[in-house]
Amino acid sequence: MKRFRFSSLMLVLGLLFIYLPMLILVIYSFNASKLVTVWGGWSVKWYVGLLDNTQLMGSVVRSLEIACYTAIAAVALGTLAAFVLTRVTRFKGRTLFGGLVTAPLVMPEVITGLSLLLLFVAMAQMIGWPQERGLVTIWIAHTTFCAAYVAVVVSARLRELDLSIEEAAMDLGARPWKVFFLITIPMIAPSLAAGGMMSFALSLDDLVLASFVSGPGSTTLPMEVFSAVRLGVKPEINAVASLILLAVSIVTFMVWFFSRRAEESRKRAIQQAIEEGAADSWKQPDVRRAQAPEAA
Amino acid sequence: MNTQKLKRQLSRIIPAGRHLVIGVPFIWLFMFFMLPFFIVLKISFAEADVAIPPYTEIYSYVDQKVQLLLNLGNYTMLGGDELYIAAYFGSLKMAFFSTLLCLLIGYPMAYAIASARKEVQTVLVLLIMMPTWTAILIRVYAWMGILSNNGLLNGFLMSMGWINEPLQILNTNLAVYIGVVYSYLPFMILPLYANLVKHDNSLLEAASDLGSSTFNSFWKITVPLSKNGIIAGAMLVFIPVVGEFVIPELLGGPETLMIGKVLWQEFFNNRDWPVASALAVVMLAILIVPIILFNRSQAKEMEGKE
Repeated sequence: MKRFRFSSLMLVLGLLFIYLPMLILVIYSFNASKLVTVWGGWSVKWYVGLLDNTQLMGSVVRSLEIACYTAIAAVALGTLAAFVLTRVTRFKGRTLFGGLVTAPLVMPEVITGLSLLLLFVAMAQMIGWPQERGLVTIWIAHTTFCAAYVAVVVSARLRELDLSIEEAAMDLGARPWKVFFLITIPMIAPSLAAGGMMSFALSLDDLVLASFVSGPGSTTLPMEVFSAVRLGVKPEINAVASLILLAVSIVTFMVWFFSRRAEESRKRAIQQAIEEGAADSWKQPDVRRAQAPEAA
Repeated sequence: MNTQKLKRQLSRIIPAGRHLVIGVPFIWLFMFFMLPFFIVLKISFAEADVAIPPYTEIYSYVDQKVQLLLNLGNYTMLGGDELYIAAYFGSLKMAFFSTLLCLLIGYPMAYAIASARKEVQTVLVLLIMMPTWTAILIRVYAWMGILSNNGLLNGFLMSMGWINEPLQILNTNLAVYIGVVYSYLPFMILPLYANLVKHDNSLLEAASDLGSSTFNSFWKITVPLSKNGIIAGAMLVFIPVVGEFVIPELLGGPETLMIGKVLWQEFFNNRDWPVASALAVVMLAILIVPIILFNRSQAKEMEGKE
């Protein structure tokens, strides 16, 4: 009992440690004073000022665009990888494949970024593509490391799935592709949505990879923020940071809300199916059940 | 007849479904994750040059002879310069102690979440998971405002009369430790929680029936059972922290020597791509054992084996 109280105390303190700095940041973004540490009353002027900053707005649009493409590609690639890892148990190079899928999770970003840039430079020399680095190269870099996160999330769900449903569909003559799209995909849809949102957030957040593989004229939002932050704390940056926090919170909440609702409707459907089945058997009592109607 | 023949020929060229499913992610990852490391290795043996791209080619074909010119200068320079060695040790030290701190803080938190009620658990996990998706840059930036000389923490301490002049925290190693633990704590908690929540409570009940104290059964049952979670969490913190760039750059000062920062400076400020590549190769060589450990624990987790 004593240990339980200690760990709960740690949990509360830990959550405070995680959330207090972000809360302070948001409060100070409404500070009217130009000095970031002196409180000068409430104001939204830093937010209004952001709209006039065309360079910043351009980078926001660019980052959102990359994040959208990344989310789509990473979900497709990560789901395929997760499917291979959980369902295809034996093939040549499986250990290598597993390593390639999970290593991007921990690989230091400076290494991944440097190596991808050198690859793009070498490719440009050999086959003439990519002529200049920009959105496409950033998209490739982000997709590669976001797919690893998607693979982890989706493979966790694939493992929980009851294999017998897919097997039943196969027994009834459905082709593997049909089973995948009509049975497996709907059942893992919540984790696909979660993986997609996660990729979106990760891509929007990345500074190091984008700095290495971007070219002139393709500055992303984190790069813009970083070059401003290097010079110190500024109220405008507080406002940008608060908006990013708000966006991510909304996305996270949506993931949670939709996956919960999907779970609930699934449970309700199962419940309904059981009840309907019970009602049908009551209407047409068959010999086996007629003997014990209360048990049904 | 003819179409059937064509179909058979086509099926020989176009890979079957199974190969396609394996092949697409495999080729992508090979192309954009594995192949680049070999290029880094190659360029680490080149020499810096004033050209585009800024390095020399390591092989040449002159007079019907293929010449391979490996320049070991970058590596001997790394070994001979105290700055680089100090940076590697600084990174490893930083990564080791922050992993330890994350474990000490994160384990009780994960334990508390795992022993909470089911509905509370989902909310708590969400609260822990949200920061991992949130701009690391912004969370580090938030600490800059708190820790600076005229920041909130010093203002608070001085207004309480505990200190007379501001403490220098920003731009020291202490600030980097705070930033690293703050940013990577969720990555420690999540795998620990995923492991702890699967534990069977009856083991602990049996132990307490047999007279084991709560601490004793925690130490001898819960901790050994959570070994895989501890390894996964520790590696998720340790490996990226060794190469961390953003946190030491923003919170650290001149005393903070970390290899990610040095690599960045070699690449962007000095434009010395071969030396940056050599730094990356050595970093990867140091990290290869932890990465393999992590991949093993992850593979076990993915196959659902215990």
